Amino acid sequence: MSKKVAFLQGNEAAAQGALYAGCNFFGGYPITPSTEVAEVMSVELPKIGGKFIQMEDEIGAMAVILGAALAGSKVLTSTSGPGLSLKQELIGYGCIAEIPCVIYNVMRGGPSTGMPTGPSQSDVMCAKWGTHGDHPAICLTPASVQETYEEVIRAFNLSEKYRTPVMVMPDEIVAHMRERIVFPEKGEIEVVPRKAPTVEPAQYKPYDTSYGDVPPLASFGSGYRFHVTGLNKMQDGFPTTKAEVVQAEEERQVRKVDANIDDIVTFEEYLLDDAEVVVVAYGSTSRSARYAVNAAREQGIKAGMFRIKTFWPFPDKQIKALATKTKGFIIPEMNLGMCALELERCVQGKAPVLGIFRVDGEPINPDQIVEKIKEVK
Amino acid sequence: MAFDYDKWIRPGKLPHIWCPGCGHGIVMKGLIRAMETLKLEKNDTAIVSGIGCASRLPGYIDCCTLHTAHGRAAAFATGVKMAKPEMNVILVGGDGDGTAIGGNHFIHACRRNIDMTYIIMNNYIYGMTGGQFSPCTPTGHKASTTPYGNPDPGFDIAKLAIGAGATFVARGTAFHANQIDKLIVEAIQHKGFSVVEILDDCPTTYGRRNKYKSVIEMMNRLKEVAVPVKAAEKMTAEQLQGKVLTGVLYKEENKPEYTSEYAKVIERASAAK
Repeated sequence: MSKKVAFLQGNEAAAQGALYAGCNFFGGYPITPSTEVAEVMSVELPKIGGKFIQMEDEIGAMAVILGAALAGSKVLTSTSGPGLSLKQELIGYGCIAEIPCVIYNVMRGGPSTGMPTGPSQSDVMCAKWGTHGDHPAICLTPASVQETYEEVIRAFNLSEKYRTPVMVMPDEIVAHMRERIVFPEKGEIEVVPRKAPTVEPAQYKPYDTSYGDVPPLASFGSGYRFHVTGLNKMQDGFPTTKAEVVQAEEERQVRKVDANIDDIVTFEEYLLDDAEVVVVAYGSTSRSARYAVNAAREQGIKAGMFRIKTFWPFPDKQIKALATKTKGFIIPEMNLGMCALELERCVQGKAPVLGIFRVDGEPINPDQIVEKIKEVK
Repeated sequence: MAFDYDKWIRPGKLPHIWCPGCGHGIVMKGLIRAMETLKLEKNDTAIVSGIGCASRLPGYIDCCTLHTAHGRAAAFATGVKMAKPEMNVILVGGDGDGTAIGGNHFIHACRRNIDMTYIIMNNYIYGMTGGQFSPCTPTGHKASTTPYGNPDPGFDIAKLAIGAGATFVARGTAFHANQIDKLIVEAIQHKGFSVVEILDDCPTTYGRRNKYKSVIEMMNRLKEVAVPVKAAEKMTAEQLQGKVLTGVLYKEENKPEYTSEYAKVIERASAAK
């Protein structure tokens, strides 16, 4: 039997990916350029007995999915820059209370209202540093419609596996372009279920580290009674200011991601074997970069591309390895040099890092990248 | 036989954080008596709060409890209720949490008429942060941030709830302790969004700044200003000057409840599939 094929927009694919992953609750607030996700979910969720709710504001949309997740739902919200800013306090709540949820954020221009219909990649730092306090961060940056579908599924899996909020952040170009998509069969892509408690309700502790760094999560209304708070807490979920407990719990929350970087970080290496110039790119910019690398090769320059698929945690290890054998890095991005900072941190001065930064709402052209590749001596 | 509150209190979680003379404990006991009267199943009851002194209440009660972020109780609770409509969802919190930072979620929960009960402990002040004025601090009164008297007019929480579409609105006071559980029982039994405002006191950060000599004086004020709705019917406008109506202020039975309406959406969507 041949697979189901469709011609879909990135945002529509995101919604379909969420449904494949078992999402049964969506809370959102209208915002360009991500509203199509909410629209598709409002059509599809009630058909399968799921719940869609349009909230009064972006903060409410984040709150409602956290509440639903604690009641056992697999939850999604979708937004864009200004909404991501508004959601930040409660993203931190999801991190400290360890509530699985997926935040789909389409990157448009900013700060503030910026250019609502223009593409951008300027939310990538907000994904990690937007909420206050130390916390784990996972952020995926897909580059195609097919990949958006698959990365949303992976985001749900990671959020359940590590019991933490996960962000999927396409730029507006990926979110709004239409491409062919091939749907996987049921069961073809793994769907990770929530780790449920196996102990009796009286013995249950929502942050019981005897199960490792990711304790099982019960749901309200399932016979388990427990307390959830945004305060620093003990293993039983109740607040504490005990220094050693707070230190250990904060470190564990961050360690959930830091100790599992190889499981989380994904990337694509394109013509890197003999590459002397490495273009590091993510999202739609990587499509221009691929074209540019091919064009440079035609002109006799050994260029390659390292495509970031998982932006957070950052692929430190891979970049550090490339830095020892590369003459120069090119980083094209639709912001004023956000990934470039991470790149410089990893390259540690071993090679030049040349940026192409655009914030004018226009995509970065392959020609611009080719010219920059030629600057590397 | 004395009422057994321990049955509902989590072992080892008392004493509570509230100051001597604070009315929040009276409200908590009223809520416990109401839950006992209704024989609520602990496993199927969620108590959700925001931030502030009153919002610490859920931690003491042996149910599914959720202490959220400042002002967000109604939005988190909406997620719990939508995901599991069969659960009893009770919100608790203070006047600042509910009507300032949480005002938007509050009025929209009222508008949706989602079947939850919101108990607002109105002590006219932000107590936990040390007594700053709230949207419910009376005009002219003193708070740590209104040293020359509060220039702001205050909210009438009950009118706000009615105007926004809540279908059961009641008011009691911390002085009238025996009425609190009766109002909460009726609120929980009501199918729709129910609001119970309890006029409370904060001797520590409000009373001492506003010339109340003692907790007893604050409690006596609650006794004096409260007029049951029935009694008010026989009183003149002049007699009602400075008084606050207590009891069930508003009840509407015909407005559709939100989770029931969404169940119909599911039916329509499934039929169209």
